[in-house]
Amino acid sequence: MDIIKGKVWKFDDDVDTDAISPSGTTEVKKHVLEVINPHFPLEVKTGDIIVAGSNFGCGSSRETAPSLLKSLGISAIIAESFGRIFFRNAVAIGLPIITCPNVSNCFLDGNQLELDIDSAKVTNIDSGKTLDAQPLPYEMRDILYKGGIMPILKEIANINTAS
Amino acid sequence: MGMTMAEKILARASGKEKLRPGEFVIAAIDLAMAHDGLGAVIRILGEAGIKKIWDPEKVVSLLDHSTPAPTVQAAEIHKMIENAVNDYNIKNFYGQRAGICHQVLPEKGWVLPGQLIVGTDSHTTTYGALGAAGTGIGFSEMAYVLTTGKLWFMVPETIKFTILGNLPTRVMSKDIILYIAGNYSTTVAQYKSVEFSGPVSDSFSLASRMAMSNMSVEIGAKFGFFSPDEKVVEYLRTRTEKEFDIINTDEDAEYEKEYKVDISTLEPQIAIPYAVDNVKPVSEVAGVRLNQAVLGGCTNGRLEDLKIAAEIMQSRKVKSHVRMLVVPASAEVYKEAIKEGIIYTLIDSGAVILNPSCGICYGSHMGLLASGESCIASINRNFKGRMGSPESRVYLASPATVAASAIEGMITDPREY
Repeated sequence: MDIIKGKVWKFDDDVDTDAISPSGTTEVKKHVLEVINPHFPLEVKTGDIIVAGSNFGCGSSRETAPSLLKSLGISAIIAESFGRIFFRNAVAIGLPIITCPNVSNCFLDGNQLELDIDSAKVTNIDSGKTLDAQPLPYEMRDILYKGGIMPILKEIANINTAS
Repeated sequence: MGMTMAEKILARASGKEKLRPGEFVIAAIDLAMAHDGLGAVIRILGEAGIKKIWDPEKVVSLLDHSTPAPTVQAAEIHKMIENAVNDYNIKNFYGQRAGICHQVLPEKGWVLPGQLIVGTDSHTTTYGALGAAGTGIGFSEMAYVLTTGKLWFMVPETIKFTILGNLPTRVMSKDIILYIAGNYSTTVAQYKSVEFSGPVSDSFSLASRMAMSNMSVEIGAKFGFFSPDEKVVEYLRTRTEKEFDIINTDEDAEYEKEYKVDISTLEPQIAIPYAVDNVKPVSEVAGVRLNQAVLGGCTNGRLEDLKIAAEIMQSRKVKSHVRMLVVPASAEVYKEAIKEGIIYTLIDSGAVILNPSCGICYGSHMGLLASGESCIASINRNFKGRMGSPESRVYLASPATVAASAIEGMITDPREY
């Protein structure tokens, strides 16, 4: 997978899926993470990267949480740990995601980050520091590289039609 | 060395003799549950061009989240789902009649010990109360399951909570799981399988077990098991004719960690906004003025939950400034509560009964909170904005504490009743 570079949006521990994808609102895209950082939905740019503490995406199984972040242009999410369903959902929609111990201490809002998923390296371009992330299991990397589950399902549908 | 429940169920489902934590498996799914989320799943299947699903007999669906439809958009999604279940030949569809998935599936005999069950809802861990490996997945993964009948899993480490001592009066299983979250944090079981055991948990009703299994996901768990016993067999006897094997953890299985939790002197517990592990005993929070009290839902909307509330509220009135809203977990629970006079008592006290639905709990519709308002609720999450305005506050508690607090108009120790 290509190296991903982008500007960091920094979040603390325990960012929940209600904060990412709030219920009971219309035009939910305008409210993503608003309760934690009101600037985020207004100023996030294509290619930006989220860096967070532990338990990012805890809570609901709503796939809209990673989907909304992807549709706002987020190119990768790196945290010290994740809510497990959020992690799976991100892979399932082809949004690069990786667990990286101590990442929270090594980045400030606005830092430039470089992520190499293949070698599981996370670099702070501003400070020059490189961290070892936890490599994704082969099977998950495979889904991610294919672009998520949709392309896999399309492949299955094509085989079914052909046979 | 033996295996834990999670290892055994995943080994059976993936055709392996033996599994260890950290291994990666492709497992055959025994049952797939989809609620209103089926709408999104159907859209994915449609876009991919998948015309047939793997085994319609192994799929159960119902509508519980946005019911009755609060918006035209929700109504359109329901219409689309109702058409799609016909197109895909999903016969096990309960529509809006049966109630909330995590009560309906056990009640209708779908959840069997030893099964591997996935659902489009994080609280699918509830099925661990019957010894099933239930876990939540997203829409794309559900689309994959409906297409192939399989899904990948990392074999989790297992941790065990042994519950010791006798449960004091008016203290409920909900208080134990809140205490565990508060004491060990919401990441204690992250990515792991949890087993609850000990004499107290054995003595629990299935409803009390389900409240704890339900909230296992709030401490990060993949599964939240109780060992299936005679109570489970008895519960299922009238609900299914299907055969099942009781699967239990081997005596020589290895736990990553074991915790002993003595509940002999446990006070009712309250999770304070905005985190499930921000937990304090009721004595430290008593007196917080409330605008709303919510009893019910998939965590604590079962008959014993409504019953204990009715006991406390009998011949008393909900404080005039409080709106008390009650959500029975299912139509079956609702009917039983009517038969036993529980619903009469609750209405007589000033409570308003809502239909069995998830709407209020996840802040979609019915009973949302205004800015500055506080609510005590027997639900599972108190995240910022969970039940309405981001400036509102939700305190999590047991049904007994919710009932006593509704009467007093402020957070109240139910042991005083």
